[in-house]
Amino acid sequence: MKKLIIGTISVLIVAAVAFSCSKQIEGRTDNTPALEPLQQDENANTWRLILLSRPDSFAVVAPSATNSTTYIGELNEIKGLQQQLTGEQKEKIKYWNAGSVLRWNEIMRELVAKHNLPPYQNEDGTYPIPSSLNPFNYPQFPFSNPPFAARAYAYVAAAQYDALVACWHYKYLYNRVAPYTADSTVNANARCARVDAPSYPSAEAVVAGVTVEMMKLLFPTEIGFIQQKADEANFSRIASGGNVRSDIDAGMSLGRLVAQVFTARAKADNAGKAVGTPEQWAQLETDCIARGETPWESLETPQRPPMLPFFGNVRPFLFDSLTAQNLYAGEPASKKNQQFLEEVSYTKEVCNNASRDDIRIVHFWADGAGTYTPPGHWNAIATDDFIFQRFSEVRWARNMALLNMSMMDAAIVCWGTKYKFYNPRPSQADPSIKTNTGLPNFPSYISGHSTFSAAAADILGYIIPEKKNLYADMAKEASLSRILGGIHYRMDCDSGLAVGYRIGAYAIQRAQTDGAD
Amino acid sequence: MKQKICLLIIAALPLITKAQTDADAIMMSKNVLCSGVMYQHNSWDEYWEGTFKRNNENLGTVSTNMIGVMGNYGISHNLNVLFNVPYLQTKASDGVMGGLQGIQDLSMWIKWRPVHQKMGTGKLSIYALGGFSVPTNDYVADYLPFSIGLKSKTLNGRIMVDYENSSFFATASGTYSYRSNIELDRNAYYTTELHLTNEVHMPDVAQVGLRTGYRSRYLIAEAMINNMTTLGGFDIRKNDMPFPSNKMNATSAGVAFKYTPKYYHHFSLVGNAGYVLNGRNVGQSLTYGAGIFYAFNVTGKGRKMGKKNYTPPPAMN
Repeated sequence: MKKLIIGTISVLIVAAVAFSCSKQIEGRTDNTPALEPLQQDENANTWRLILLSRPDSFAVVAPSATNSTTYIGELNEIKGLQQQLTGEQKEKIKYWNAGSVLRWNEIMRELVAKHNLPPYQNEDGTYPIPSSLNPFNYPQFPFSNPPFAARAYAYVAAAQYDALVACWHYKYLYNRVAPYTADSTVNANARCARVDAPSYPSAEAVVAGVTVEMMKLLFPTEIGFIQQKADEANFSRIASGGNVRSDIDAGMSLGRLVAQVFTARAKADNAGKAVGTPEQWAQLETDCIARGETPWESLETPQRPPMLPFFGNVRPFLFDSLTAQNLYAGEPASKKNQQFLEEVSYTKEVCNNASRDDIRIVHFWADGAGTYTPPGHWNAIATDDFIFQRFSEVRWARNMALLNMSMMDAAIVCWGTKYKFYNPRPSQADPSIKTNTGLPNFPSYISGHSTFSAAAADILGYIIPEKKNLYADMAKEASLSRILGGIHYRMDCDSGLAVGYRIGAYAIQRAQTDGAD
Repeated sequence: MKQKICLLIIAALPLITKAQTDADAIMMSKNVLCSGVMYQHNSWDEYWEGTFKRNNENLGTVSTNMIGVMGNYGISHNLNVLFNVPYLQTKASDGVMGGLQGIQDLSMWIKWRPVHQKMGTGKLSIYALGGFSVPTNDYVADYLPFSIGLKSKTLNGRIMVDYENSSFFATASGTYSYRSNIELDRNAYYTTELHLTNEVHMPDVAQVGLRTGYRSRYLIAEAMINNMTTLGGFDIRKNDMPFPSNKMNATSAGVAFKYTPKYYHHFSLVGNAGYVLNGRNVGQSLTYGAGIFYAFNVTGKGRKMGKKNYTPPPAMN
C-alpha cells in the first residue's frame, strides 16, 4: 500500500516537472537592445520628401550653446533625474531605447488590433457606422479594418519620415552635441546608446510629436493614451541622458507641424467617403447585374453593408489616381463559364482537404477581426528584421514609409478592383463550401492578403536583398492561406499577387531615387 | 468575420456528467477495472460576450458531439486510477464556417480515500485526487467556438467529502486546475493589449461542486450543481472572437443516473443531462449523454467467484 502511494506521488511529481512552472511570457521585441545605428545618415536632409517641399519648410530656432547657463540648467535636470530613477523608469528607458519608430509602430499596431472589430447590429438588423464626429459613441471610431489600417500606418510612417528628414536638416545645421557628450557626469550615468550625432532637435521627440498629432485624426479615442506614451518616451530620453529638455521641445513642435501637413492631406484624400451610402451600395449591385454577372452578397446575418466600397477612390501616395485605376486587375472569370466552376471546385477541394499544417498557414496569416490586420502583420515582419539592420531613426522611418505607402496603395488598387467587379465569394457561389477561417465581408476578386503581401514583400526584398526570396515565399504563403481557408479563388490570389508586385515596383522605384541608397 | 464563442463548457462538464469518475464518491474494488464508452451531445445558441448575453445568427446553434473512452482501476479499495480520452466534433448550424474534430486530451487521475468511517448513523468519506491532462495531438485551440479544446496541459487537485446515510448521500468537492501556457499558430494576438508572441498565458481554474441523491448497489440517481471560475483572463469584447484565455465562468446544474442490472452486473448504464444556468464568455449549453461500462476483476477472481461474491462497480466496501 505504501509503495503504491509513493508510486502515485512520484508519478504526480514527474507530471508536475513536465509542466514548466514559469508562466512568464516574453514578447519578441521586449528585450530589443538599444538602437545603435551603423550609420548616422548625415545627408538625410537631402533625401526626397513625401509631402513637404523642403526640409526647412518649418523653422526651428537655433538652440542655446552648450556652455550657456540655460543649457547647464538643462544638464542639471538630467543629473537630478539620474540620481533617483525608479526601477520602472529604468524599464521604460530600456523599452524606448530600442528605437522610437519601432516602438511607435508597435503601439499603433496595438491600437489597430484594439479597434478592428466589426460593429454589432442594431435591433432592426441594420448596422451602426462609426463616426469620426462622435468617436466615443458605440461603435467607436475607427473600425480599423484592413484598408483603414493600411492607410493609417502609411500616413503615420510617411509623416514620421518627412519630419525626420526635417529633423536631420536641423541636427546638422546646428550641430549641438548630445548631453552625454557635453558633460562627463551625464555620460557616466547615461542609460542610452551613445551615438556620434547631434541631438537638437531630438529625433525621438519628432517621432512622438508626429504620432501624437496624427492620432488625433486616426484614433481620436486614444489621444490620452498616446499622450501618456509620448510623455513617457520624452521623459525616458531626458532621464537616460540622451536629450536635454530643449531637444525634446523642439522635436515635439517640429513633429507636430509636419504632421499637420499630413492630416490636411488625409482629410481631403476621399477616405471619408469610402463607406458610401445605401443608394451607392445598391448601385454596385445594379451595375453588376447590368454587366450580366452575379453580384456579391454579404453572407453575414443580418446582411452587413460591404466594407469600405469606395476606398478605391482614396488618393494614393506612390502614383496618381488615374494610374491606380490602370493598375486594377483584369476581368475575373465569368460566373457563366467553365473556368469559374473550376475555380469554385478547386477552392472547395483545397479547403476540405486542408491538413493540420495547412490550417497552421490559414491561422498564421488570417489577421482577421481583433488583429492588427495583414498590413500590420507585414509591419511586424519588417520591424523584426529591421531591428537587426540597425538603421538610423531616419532610415527606419524611410523604410517603414516605403513599406506602408506600398500597402496603402495596394489597398486602394485592390479595393478599387473588388468593387469594380463585385465578385461573389466561394461560399456564395457554392453554399456547401464551409470555410476554415472568417469570411471577410467584401467582394472576392482580388485577394487583399495577396495584394498587400506582394506589395510588402517586393519593397522589403529591395530593402533587405538577402531576404528577397524569403519575403516572396511568405507572400505566396499568405496568398495561398486564403484558398486553404476556403474564402478565395485561385484567380483572386494570382491576380492579387501580380497587382501587388506591380505596386511594389513603384515603391522600389521611389526607394532607388530618394537619395537614401 | 463574425464572433463565435467557446465551448469551454466541455471543460466544465466532467463534474456534472460522468458517473463513476473523478468527480464522484465511488471507488472501484481492488483489481477491478471498469471501463466504457460515453457519448455526449452539447449545444447552445446563446452565449455570454463578457456579461452581455446574445445569440449569433452567423452560428445558429453550435453543437459538439463527444465520444469518450474512459476507465477506472482499483489499485486498492482506497486507491483508484482513472483515465479518459475523448474524441470531439464541433459544428455550427448556420453561417459559412466549418467545424473541427479530433481526439482531445488524455486525462488521468489518482483517487485516494484516506478517510472512510462511520459517523453518526451514516458513513463519512474523504477523497483526495490528483490528476493531469495533456493534449494527445497538435489540435487547434485558437479557433473558438470550433476548437475541440484549449490545448493547455493541466495539473489538477481535488478534495471531496462524501456523507452517506441509508442510501442517500451528498458530496461536496473543490478543484484547482493549474493550466500551462499554450502556443498558437499565429505570433501576435490582442487581449487587453498586444502580445508579440505565439505563447498565451492561461489563467488557472477553480471549481466547486455539490451533488446529492440516492445511491445503492444497483442504482444511483443524483442531482448536481457546479461552478467553474477562471482565475484571471479577460472578457470577449463586443462582437469580438472568443480567445482561449478568456475569463470563462459557468454555473451549471444537472442530473445523472447509473444503473447496474442485477444479473448482468458486469455492465452498467449511465445517463446524464446538464444545463448552464449562468456564465461568462461561454455558451449557455445544454448537455446530455449516455454511456455503457463494463467492470471485471483483472485477476479473474470475479468470474471464478461468481456473481454472488463479486463486488459490482458501485462498491460498498
